[in-house]
Amino acid sequence: MINASAAVWAEGAPTLQEVMPAEGVFSLIWLLIALPLLGATVLLLGGRRTNTWGPYLAVLTVSASAILGILMVVGLMDRGAEERSIGQSLFTWVFAGQFEANMAFQLDQLSMVFVLLITVVGALIHVYSLGYMQHDPNRRKFFGYLNLFVAAMLLLVLANNYLLLYVGWEGVGLASYLLIGFWQHKPSAAAAAKKAFIINRVGDVGLSIAIMVIFVTFGSVTFDDVFGQASEVNEGTLTAIGLLLLLAAAGKSAQFPLQAWLLDAMEGPTPVSALIHAATMVTAGVYLIARSNAIYDRAVWAATAVVVVGLITIFMGAIIGSAKDDIKKSLAGSTMSQIGYMVMAAGLGPIGYVFAIFHLLTHGVFKAGLFLGAGSVMHGMNDNVNMRRYGALRAAMVVTFITFMAGYLAIIGIPPFSGFWSKDEIIHAAFERSPIIGSLAILAAGITGFYMTRMVAMTFFGKARWEDDAHPHESPKVMTIPLIILALGSTFLGMALLFWGNIETWLEPVVGFSTSTSPLSTEAVIAISLTFVIIGSIIGWISYARREVPIVAPRGSLLTRAARADLYGDAVNEGLIVRPSFWLSRLLIWFDGRVVDGLVNGSAALVGGASGRMRRYQSGFARSYALSMVGGTVLVLLALVLVRLS
Amino acid sequence: MNTFPWLTALGALPLIGSVVVALLPRSQPRLAKQIALVIALATLAMTIAMALSFDGASTEQFQFVETYPWIPAFGISYSVGIDGIGLVLVALAATLVPVVILAGWHDVDDASSRTTGSVKGYFALILVLETLMIGVFSSIDLFLFYVFFEAMLIPVYFMIGRYGGPQRSYAAVKFLLYSLVGGLLMLAALIGLYVVSANLTGTGTFDYLTLVGLDIDPGMQKVLFLGFFLAFAIKAPLWPFHTWLPDAAAQSKAGTSVLLIGVLDKVGTFGMIRYCLPIFPAASEFYAPVVIGMALIGIFYGAFVALGQHDMKRLFAYSSMSHFGFIALGIFVFTTIGESGSVVYMIAHGLSTAALFLTAGFLMERRGGSSVISDYSGVNKAAPVLAGFFLFAALSSLALPGLVSFVGEFMVLLGAFQKYMFVGALATFGIVITAAYVLRLYQKSMTGPLLPALEGMKDLRGREIAALMPIAVITLVLGLFPAPVLNVINPAVGTLMTTIGVTDPPTTLNPSTTAEGTQE
Repeated sequence: MINASAAVWAEGAPTLQEVMPAEGVFSLIWLLIALPLLGATVLLLGGRRTNTWGPYLAVLTVSASAILGILMVVGLMDRGAEERSIGQSLFTWVFAGQFEANMAFQLDQLSMVFVLLITVVGALIHVYSLGYMQHDPNRRKFFGYLNLFVAAMLLLVLANNYLLLYVGWEGVGLASYLLIGFWQHKPSAAAAAKKAFIINRVGDVGLSIAIMVIFVTFGSVTFDDVFGQASEVNEGTLTAIGLLLLLAAAGKSAQFPLQAWLLDAMEGPTPVSALIHAATMVTAGVYLIARSNAIYDRAVWAATAVVVVGLITIFMGAIIGSAKDDIKKSLAGSTMSQIGYMVMAAGLGPIGYVFAIFHLLTHGVFKAGLFLGAGSVMHGMNDNVNMRRYGALRAAMVVTFITFMAGYLAIIGIPPFSGFWSKDEIIHAAFERSPIIGSLAILAAGITGFYMTRMVAMTFFGKARWEDDAHPHESPKVMTIPLIILALGSTFLGMALLFWGNIETWLEPVVGFSTSTSPLSTEAVIAISLTFVIIGSIIGWISYARREVPIVAPRGSLLTRAARADLYGDAVNEGLIVRPSFWLSRLLIWFDGRVVDGLVNGSAALVGGASGRMRRYQSGFARSYALSMVGGTVLVLLALVLVRLS
Repeated sequence: MNTFPWLTALGALPLIGSVVVALLPRSQPRLAKQIALVIALATLAMTIAMALSFDGASTEQFQFVETYPWIPAFGISYSVGIDGIGLVLVALAATLVPVVILAGWHDVDDASSRTTGSVKGYFALILVLETLMIGVFSSIDLFLFYVFFEAMLIPVYFMIGRYGGPQRSYAAVKFLLYSLVGGLLMLAALIGLYVVSANLTGTGTFDYLTLVGLDIDPGMQKVLFLGFFLAFAIKAPLWPFHTWLPDAAAQSKAGTSVLLIGVLDKVGTFGMIRYCLPIFPAASEFYAPVVIGMALIGIFYGAFVALGQHDMKRLFAYSSMSHFGFIALGIFVFTTIGESGSVVYMIAHGLSTAALFLTAGFLMERRGGSSVISDYSGVNKAAPVLAGFFLFAALSSLALPGLVSFVGEFMVLLGAFQKYMFVGALATFGIVITAAYVLRLYQKSMTGPLLPALEGMKDLRGREIAALMPIAVITLVLGLFPAPVLNVINPAVGTLMTTIGVTDPPTTLNPSTTAEGTQE
């Protein structure tokens, strides 16, 4: 209606790529998914027989997928830019009436970078887990679930239509559920797993309805059909689709208002937090938005909502991350915040998508490194997660310390570490949209500097505040080698993607790109944001390295206490949704027993004389039933005769 | 191929088997079970053979048709035949019967006295029930359908009343009373329909295709529709006709519940598709808003009541009621996607019900039959395989994408959305509450610390795994590759849509060539 067929951000929006047939190495797209799926099947159905070799099989399958992925990226680079979208259709999956969704894949520049992130980081985390989970009696299951996750995540990014994406979407949710609750004898872990699944289901409502709107509008749920015709649809419909997809993204990516599950998700083993709840699954929301760029580019209100949700979450996450003493929860707050950056960037349109994905990739690597580093610290500290009982660990864990520092410098955005390149591009783009958004993004960068410095200071510097039985030691090689590789990535990946990989040109055909005409020059943005980061870091350093860190947390300001309580996300859910649901449930149970069933039993009692007699019926009932059957039949015959006679 | 009386033979096989089983001496319970299982497997094999010779592309509405006059004076004949919808439901029944027999191998071992029935009696009843289920899905004469519909009550009545829990008599009588009321209403409507057919054509008939072809006065349709619909709404059951179900489920053996809720209740929703819509199209359209309202209430009412249950079996019963709401919704929105989705949903619900009840049955058997949720905690630690199947059943019940229940549920929601945007969107919120009650049950019973009383609990045995595995495999395979069922369901739904004369609402862009008119 309004602005129908007018692309709001026509400048920089991509045109649909032609889909090439899957030949050569690309005929094996399905195998990318099938390999880890096979691993999961063998491990989960094979039982104890696979205990000894199962974990290695899991490492093998995901590594094989990674190698296949590398072969494919080489293959894509060999091709011209206009031949890099490849389709493979296996069979028609769900069909009825006009509806049709295929079991079909699409490998293009966007899904390619995801495939690499998932399989390469996934493989490293599988290797790390060989050490981390060595003594767990159920590690076979652990590796089975990890393989299941990799398969589902690959399906999510390779699906060529929204309905198949949904299968991957829910598959990663299932893997996340299983892995958060991996130590399910702990009630807190089981509760956290359930909570994550149910909150994500709210997001799924958004995804489900979005798919329905897409179908009734486009008559198809295939990406190419939808994106190719988005310009023919009125803005109101596109806005609805955009907002519904945003709801889905908020669930999966722990964005406001569906953020409450991510902090609890840290109940899962640390490699899980690294792979699923930092590097890959939680970024699926960003993928969904970037993939649907054709919709958001034409629905300015939906895109604005994306920016707002991202901004709110940037701050929520950063504030929570600043207050938590649990190293994993502090990192989880940081993840929320960093994904907030990506979501916000994706809401900026063609000036932002590329950098959202760029930051997603660098973050995937450095945050995985940070989480695995935290795991390595915990490994040496009897699984204690309380940073107030750490301190001065740099000497005891040299490799962990150095690799963690690489991740630290990357996340706060010090040049030339990889986070610097991606985050500054986002801030720069934000300034083009609005100075307010840009300024807020810079402010949050300062907070990032604060909480990350606080974490590093509390963990590796200051005085040792160890528990008496703690004997910190470096982790085995199987754990430190992945750390080293991820640290190298944290250091060089940003430059590599930007200067050697030409990430903008690479992604442009899928998500579009236009250079931002920000009022601030790049140099100015860098200077201002670095200033803020350094100020934040200095405050963090003075407060937590120079001053004594009390073992028992001080009461803290109002904001600190709120942040420790996850900014009351749980309290709100509990008060507004959970408790009222159970009240309603009890009310309906009463209603069902007293009113609905009461009416029935009452009327039965009327017929039978007294309700107590119901039970006594039983002995003679077979007979009376037979009688009524006979009676019924007689009635039929009688009626028929009467009809015949008339 | 057309000469072989597939359906009669298929129906006769378990009936003969039940007679053989019933005639065995009481001292041979093991042999009775073995014979019952062999017969059930043979019936399944025969069903598969029949399904393979079913022609999905046939232009005939019904295949394997056999017609013999029965009471010619009243136009009653023994007429059987099957379309894609009937076929998948017969296949569902034929699949679940051997599974139930295998799973319930020791369920009635302590049954010996006259009041509680004998071991062989239970298995004979299951086989009788199978015959009747095959009959009810393949009748194409309404009188024959009515006979099967009513006769089904008898074995179920005994299966609940003789082999159930402590409150079994109350549950059995309640079930019977409800069903009888429904049956009588249908009988009255059936007679009315006969009269109408006599008035319109000169000779009264119960022949399905003839009745579908009649042009019944809309006012009369509205009256007759109610008789059929109420009978089906009680059977399915839809809100507010559901209160017999929790009692029946709570008092029944797991196997009885599976056949009752998994297959028998589908006769209700099957009846709506097969009889209500095509014979009374105008009335169906007239009552659709009411039925959709009942369905919507049922979806949420059942889910919220399930959320607060302390008893597993009652939880499953209310969950089923919620699921039946989805099925009825799909039927009464009159879209191709909705109708096909409803049929897929019926299959999926049969499978997930079987998985849930049987796994829970194995669990309860290990704890003296208690179905109280708080009697369990941390089962995963003692019996991980059992807990694994329990989780699978739970996920199948919450319609996890990738499982067949998702295909059915999504199609139903999409079909509803296509017609009534608000209804479809509202019903979608049901998926959140479903996840909440299902995962709450899993969390409470399977996770956390192991209850001391459950220490040393045995994990699933080979027989039990053998019963559950086929269900899990079918649930997963049809979830990823539903073509085998969609290929036979879709043509039947196409015929239905033509019969009732409704076309799908066109999509804004790319409306299909068959749809008439455009929105914009």
